This record gives sequence, structure tokens and C-alpha cells, in this order.
Amino acid sequence: MKDALTRLGALVTAAIWRLGYASRFFFYLLAHSGTAVRRFGLTVREIYFAGVLSLIIILVSGLFVGMVLGLQGYDTLQRYGSAEALGVLVALSLVRELGPVVAGLLFASRAGSAITAEIGLMKATEQLSAMEMMAVDPIARVVAPRFWGGVISMPLLAALFSAMGIFGGYLVGVVLIGVDEGAFWSQMQSAVDVRQDILNGVIKSFVFGVAVTLIAVFEGYDAPPTAEGVSGATTRTVVTSSLAILALDFVLTALMFTGGS
Amino acid sequence: MAHPAIAEIEDLSFAYDRRPVLHGIRMRIPRGKVVAIMGQSGCGKTTLLRILLAALRPTQGRARVLGADTATLERDALYALRRRMGMLFQFGALFTDMSVFDNVAFPMREHTDLPASAIRDLVLLKLEAVGLRGAAALMPSVLSGGMARRVALARAIALDPELILYDEPFTGLDPIAMGVVGRLIRQLNDLLGATSVVVTHDVAETLPLVDYVYFMADGRVLAEGAPDEVRRMRVPFVEQFVSGAREGPVPFDYPAPAYAADLGLAEPVAA
Repeated sequence: MKDALTRLGALVTAAIWRLGYASRFFFYLLAHSGTAVRRFGLTVREIYFAGVLSLIIILVSGLFVGMVLGLQGYDTLQRYGSAEALGVLVALSLVRELGPVVAGLLFASRAGSAITAEIGLMKATEQLSAMEMMAVDPIARVVAPRFWGGVISMPLLAALFSAMGIFGGYLVGVVLIGVDEGAFWSQMQSAVDVRQDILNGVIKSFVFGVAVTLIAVFEGYDAPPTAEGVSGATTRTVVTSSLAILALDFVLTALMFTGGS
Repeated sequence: MAHPAIAEIEDLSFAYDRRPVLHGIRMRIPRGKVVAIMGQSGCGKTTLLRILLAALRPTQGRARVLGADTATLERDALYALRRRMGMLFQFGALFTDMSVFDNVAFPMREHTDLPASAIRDLVLLKLEAVGLRGAAALMPSVLSGGMARRVALARAIALDPELILYDEPFTGLDPIAMGVVGRLIRQLNDLLGATSVVVTHDVAETLPLVDYVYFMADGRVLAEGAPDEVRRMRVPFVEQFVSGAREGPVPFDYPAPAYAADLGLAEPVAA
């Protein structure tokens, strides 16, 4: 019993210590982000790797999610004679929830894992140490551009995911099933509020972008410099990021959408 | 060794957590010379190199490099010091997402405001010095171990450092590449007017090119001297190290029970 308590205490202490280390890492990263802004080309390069190279998976997934929403939504709405509200259902589902959440999960799997593996391998092959010895801060030169590249990419990817999803819903609902096109778009236009729905969706995707990219760069930077260490860090990035997205989504939804909308 | 010292280590001790690694080290690196720190793997020589680079702080004593006490430096002063130093890592540590040219240009782009044309000329000059001007466009993944080490050497001297540190520069190289890298260490040191510290356990390649040698074992300096003195030394560890003998103060076999007992062929005999 005493041993179990000791082990539990050690686990809790280690978790708190790591959380503290991650927090210090985050503030140090923010304080040394000048290079990522001054030499914006470095950040643009990371936007390409994290954002542009994730486009295919984001667009294809968005299309299929929207098509499934169109099918399921129509099946439910037509029972109540409200099939014309299909556009509203698809748009609100995507803009408020599915766009940021699913795009965030895909972003964590595609770009987050790649960022962790790249930084972890740079550490294992002493490239980060070499930079440090050349009087170049690896957090400013390597980590910060990747962090801001991810933070900028994520809301854009979520927006494209939602747009593609709405197009998928349109294809199934209007083109395939025959819901009235005018009703589909006009009801969507009148029901979706820019501030309440779209802005909140953008805020969510921005927060998810910060969370996923921070976890990815931290796990990479903190990875033990071995093949096993990098592999473990990559796995932790995907698992922790996914859980963080779902937990943050609940908190943000509770803050944004409770009280009448 | 009457030359003024570019680095001095005084009564330095170091421990990782509670595990002592270095004990009461005293060293003096004269300006303009090539100095080797030799010893078996795990004797603490790379740790000492990291202290010279201020990547680690000594537990006791101090290391003065280029006039600065490395343990007391703040970040900006530390980076200013490192800009005057060059470091060759054991396996080169080239940036794998950059070409040979960009690897050598990296320190110049980070620390100078030179125009692109001047950087190009300087990079080609450095690559010519290591015989790899023709490989400027190659990526590190297609280089042999010896070529990668030479590119890393060109990068280490990119900013004409006053002090160049080499961590096991001969590890994993074929004899030709070893000879090339060894001669480059000497030539570049003399041409640049720099000072070099070579951490290695390669006796045959190192003794002909250095001016002074420190022998370390178990975190202590056991012997020191010019290469000719070292060859004549009657210190058992140095004799074993220079001759590569199996038997000596450093045992070849890791402590183990009797072999026969391990195989179950005989009753273990109490020691």
C-alpha cells in the first residue's frame, strides 16, 4: 500500500513537474518569437509544410464529412417536414463543431506528428546542439517558426474543411436528393451568424492550433535523443493533442454557446 | 608551453546529479597550438569539452575561455563567446534539410549582414579549403562519413573562430578520410591562426598532428606532455593507451564470475 502511494506520488510529482516545464517552455517560446516575425520567410516555409501539405487530407475529409451530414441530416429533417433546413444543419454543425474539431484532429495526426518527429530527430542527431554551439537559439530559429506556422495554418485549414463540408452537404442534399437549392442557401444565410457562429468557430480553431502545435514542438524538443524516444514522443503528440482538442472543445462550447443560441 | 593561454581550467570538478565525472582537472590551452585531450571512452573528456563550451557548468573550480569564466556567463555573453568559437561534432551534425552550401552559409547568415554574393564567395572559399567546393549543391544524405565531417569542419570555421573544438573527429572514418581530416585540423589551425582542442582516443592519428597532449582516466588528468615525451613516458596507463595493449591498468574484461562456473562446468571457486 505504501509502495503504491509512493509510486502514485512520484507519478503526480513528475506530471506536475512536466507541466511546469512545458509552461516555462511556452513562455520562453513566446518571448523568443522575434525571429519568426522578423524573418517571416522561416514561418512561411513552416506554413507550407504544416498547412499546404495538409490540404489534401483536410479537403477530402471535409467533403466526405459534409456528404455524410447531408445524408443523415436529410433523413432526420424530412421526418418533420423541414428538409429545406438541411443547409442550416450542415453549416452550423460544421462551422461550430465539426470544422474546428475534425480539422484539429487531422492536423494533429498529419502535421503535429511530423513536427514532433522532425524536431526530435534534429535533437537526436545533435543538429539542435550544433545550432546552440553556433550561438543560434534553437527555440527561436527552429521551434518558434514551426509553432507560428502551425498556429496560422490551423484556422485556415478549419475554414477550408467547413467550406468543403458545406459543398459536400450541397452535393448530397441539393444535387443528389433534390432539396430546394434556394431554400438550402437562403436558410443557411439567415441562420448562420457571423459573430456567434463563424467567429466562435474561428476562435476554437485558433485555440486548437495553439494547443496542437505547442504539444507537437514541446514533445519534439523534450524527446529523448533515441529512435525509441522520438517514436514515443510522436505517439504522445497525437494522443495528447487529440484529448486536448476534445477537452478544450467542451470548455469552449460551454463558454460560447450556453445561454440561448 | 610559454604561449599565452586561450583557455585555462583550474581545479575543476563536475558531477551529473550525484555521479562524479571530473575531479580536480587543471589544463592550459596555449594560443595558436593544437592540444589533444585523450583517454578511453567514458573518462570525461567530452564532458570537459562541453564545459569549455559552457554547455555544462562545473560543480567546483572554473574554466576560463577567451578571457571569460564560462560558469558566470548570461545568455547574451555566452552567445557572444560562442561566436568566437567553432565546434566539430562527432558525426558532423549537419542540418539534413539544407544543402552543403547552406550548411556552411548558416553561421554567416545568422550572425552577419553580408550580402548574398559575399556569403557565396566565403562559402566557396571554406569549401575549397576542405576540398569540397564541387559538392556545394549536394545534400548531407548523399555524403560519405568523411565528406560530412569535412563539410562540418568548413561550417565550424565559417566565421574564422579563435578556438576550434573537435569532438572525436576520427570516429567511423576510413584511413584515407582520417588522414585527410587530421591534416586539415593542423593546416586550418595554422592558416587561421586559431587554437584547436581535439578530444579523441585515436592515438596513431592524433600524436603526429598535435603540439601537446593531456591523458585522462576516470575523470582525472593522468599525464601530459608533448607527443615525443608522451611516447617515452613510463606511466602504465599511457603505455597501454599508446601501445593498445590488452593487459594493463585498464582491464579488457568486464568483471564477471569464473567462465567455467557460468557454463555450469565446475563449482564456483570463492575468490
